[in-house]
Amino acid sequence: MAIREDQNRFRDIVKGRVKEDLRKYVSNGEMIGKREDEFVKIPLPRIDIPNFRYGPKQSGGVGQGEGQPGQDVGDPGEGGQGQAGEAPGEHMVEVELSMEELAEILGEKLQLPRIEPKGHKNIDSLKTKFTGIAPVGPEGLRHFKSSYKSALKRQIGSGTYNAEEPLVLPIRRDMKYKSFKKVNQPQTQAVIIYMMDVSGSMGEEQKEIVRLESFWINTWLKKHYKGLETRFIIHDAAAKEVDEDTFFRTSESGGTLISSAYKLCQEIIQADYPTNEWNIYPFHFSDGDNWSGEDTRLCVKMLQEFFLPNCNVFGYGQVESKYGSGQFLKDLQKEFGEDERITLSQIESRDKILDSIKDFLGKGR
Amino acid sequence: MANLTPELEAERKRICQIAKDAGLDCFETIFELITYDQISQFAAYGGFPVRYPHWKFGMEYEHLSKSYEYGLSKIYEMVINTDPCYAYLMEGNAMMDQKLVMAHVYGHCDFFKNNIWFSKTNRKMMDQMANHATRIRRYMDRYGQDTVENFIDVCLSLENLIDRYSPYVEKSVTKSQPPPQEKNYLLKVEREYMRDYINPPAFVEEQKLKAQQEAQEKAQRFPREPEKDVLNFFIHHAPLADWQVDVLTIIRDEAYYFSPQGMTKTMNEGWASYWHSKLMTTKILNDSEIIDFADHHAGTMAMAPNGYNPYKVGIELFRDIEERWNKGQFGREFEECDDVKERKHWDKKLGLGRDKIFEVRKVCNDVTFIDQFLTEDFCVRNKLFVYKFNKKTQKFEVDKSNFKAIKSQLLFHMTNFGQPIIRIEDANFENRGELLLNHLHEGIDMQPDFMSETLKNVYKLWNRPVNIATIMDETPQLFRFDGKEYTQHKLTAEGPTPNPSTEESSG
Repeated sequence: MAIREDQNRFRDIVKGRVKEDLRKYVSNGEMIGKREDEFVKIPLPRIDIPNFRYGPKQSGGVGQGEGQPGQDVGDPGEGGQGQAGEAPGEHMVEVELSMEELAEILGEKLQLPRIEPKGHKNIDSLKTKFTGIAPVGPEGLRHFKSSYKSALKRQIGSGTYNAEEPLVLPIRRDMKYKSFKKVNQPQTQAVIIYMMDVSGSMGEEQKEIVRLESFWINTWLKKHYKGLETRFIIHDAAAKEVDEDTFFRTSESGGTLISSAYKLCQEIIQADYPTNEWNIYPFHFSDGDNWSGEDTRLCVKMLQEFFLPNCNVFGYGQVESKYGSGQFLKDLQKEFGEDERITLSQIESRDKILDSIKDFLGKGR
Repeated sequence: MANLTPELEAERKRICQIAKDAGLDCFETIFELITYDQISQFAAYGGFPVRYPHWKFGMEYEHLSKSYEYGLSKIYEMVINTDPCYAYLMEGNAMMDQKLVMAHVYGHCDFFKNNIWFSKTNRKMMDQMANHATRIRRYMDRYGQDTVENFIDVCLSLENLIDRYSPYVEKSVTKSQPPPQEKNYLLKVEREYMRDYINPPAFVEEQKLKAQQEAQEKAQRFPREPEKDVLNFFIHHAPLADWQVDVLTIIRDEAYYFSPQGMTKTMNEGWASYWHSKLMTTKILNDSEIIDFADHHAGTMAMAPNGYNPYKVGIELFRDIEERWNKGQFGREFEECDDVKERKHWDKKLGLGRDKIFEVRKVCNDVTFIDQFLTEDFCVRNKLFVYKFNKKTQKFEVDKSNFKAIKSQLLFHMTNFGQPIIRIEDANFENRGELLLNHLHEGIDMQPDFMSETLKNVYKLWNRPVNIATIMDETPQLFRFDGKEYTQHKLTAEGPTPNPSTEESSG
């Protein structure tokens, strides 16, 4: 199909393989949308062909509703009003997506295996999950909306519905009930500890990548663990624990001692997360520069002795920066090779994020 | 050609007849049942099965197919303005949806055929699009894909610079110019012997010379009148290779083909929605489908506080017009009636509604539609308001709900598709063959970064320094790109003057 050629061409431009001049018009959109509000947008890169146009914030539009002057109406979204499309008539129906559904999609898309919580001591708890509508059931679970809907359908169908006097009376066979089944909900606890190098060589773009990765990792793990905790550690030559906001904002200059972060991480785990009860997921992101080979050897030792035996999986993501990438990834690859307990991922750019998620979560641990 | 299932074909026949009986007058309409992947492809191509190769179609396709895959959005109907009309149904949709789409499509087809703003469109555009694709592929083979695609990028950057009304204006081959009139600069002389005192010969001579010069200058002005069809001007006057002229012509032809769809978006969607709603609820649906229909219909008509829904405003306006003309709520007597109660119950039982809406769908475009038929009552009833961007809070906020503001906001957005109006003012600016564009500023500045990039693309066509006069930050300014540097100059209070002497005299 010819459209595939066009599509490949578009992707090539986005990836910068052809037409450098158009790269500057690539807008990645809001990859996540509103993170706090639970709803997200799927990443859809777009290239804007420049044209003479009005500044978006300059003009307004016409809306509908019970509005008082000064009331916030939200963002009019792409182009807002007045971008009378030249395309033929299309109905676009927007559907909101919950994090749960998003995780499903992610799982299907990347063919991620289900995570198997470690340990056999963990007790699964039975949970009732409402799965649909059934014609029989206890009165307490009557589904009012469906019942009335089918009553209305019946009345219209049989011609007994009177629009002047809209009285809808469900009879026995209109009744609908919520149906449920019992599902096993692993009651296990999990913690993710994010570590990030914030030394000078990690720029805004690198941190944005880490932010996006951690978002997807959270989304995926939340699907599997009911109580998911997250902790954040930043480090340059020294490490400290911070809150999430600080984690993504801080940038420091100076050297890098990766072992400082690993030490702090180990302390946190030992203090708060007994390793026989908790599923533990440390993730570390850096550009791969470490102060010395000696420090790297120290890190390897800690991984071997503490992290790998005690954690579900240890993730290391190396984010390439414009200053190039360091040795650390190679060192770990050499040391651990195909070890199931550690996942290594090289993230060259935003486009590689999904591949990298697959690296991290594809082992189902 | 059509590949409908027997069941769908039976429904199609029935709905087609129902539409006909209701007074709709369509070209033959061919429905095809296709997969969502094909729908995405055709939609990316603007409804056509074949377009010239370009990455922007790939981008549209990726967006449509991805957002469908992720459950974010779904295209329900697509129909193209050709004779016969082609429309697409999606495989696997529920029967109720298919019927809804068919009824809606017949509304569009009637509109395409009868609305005068479509009267100049090429009804064989399917062939023309294929022809364009062949030509552009041929150029790509000869000059390389990158070269041709880069040039298309430039053309697309300027594709909105057309004169949307020009297809409807009959232009004579030679513009008849009024004969140059001798300007009467002589004062009236009552007494013959005073003549030389009142109009001294030297002064008279001087004025004559000046007038001649002015006339000459005007004759040399190029273009004579400011030109809105910038693309056409470039086709004839820019230093382009033959293949480039052809590519630019293709882009321009397609822009003009799609232009009426933009000019009538609200009406066209309103008309189709009016008919699908009417026909579905009175003739087509069976009892068990009514709820799903209502659900779907309500979804399409939803209007958010921050967005304008052409379907909603369009259908409500058509219904409003029908009701008003049925009851005789128009004309001087009604307008001048101040009694609220009397106005509300005004019903002369004229029954002119049906005829009126058919007339409106024939002669109006969105601008005239809103201008003539949007009433204050309508705005109040539909709770319309204007929102604006508040610089302090960095948010879009409800601004006003008065009728005048709503109407002018709507009209502003519909005029020229809510895009700035740009004209070629002078193609021999500064007497150096430079190009001067003029933005007719209507209170809203252009987006600066897009403006500079677009101006650079204008340069790629004109190949000489290019300028644009506009107002930015409340100051008349001239922006210029000379091939290397992008510069910004303040203009004098008189605004941009294409007269080459301006700078010398003011500076």
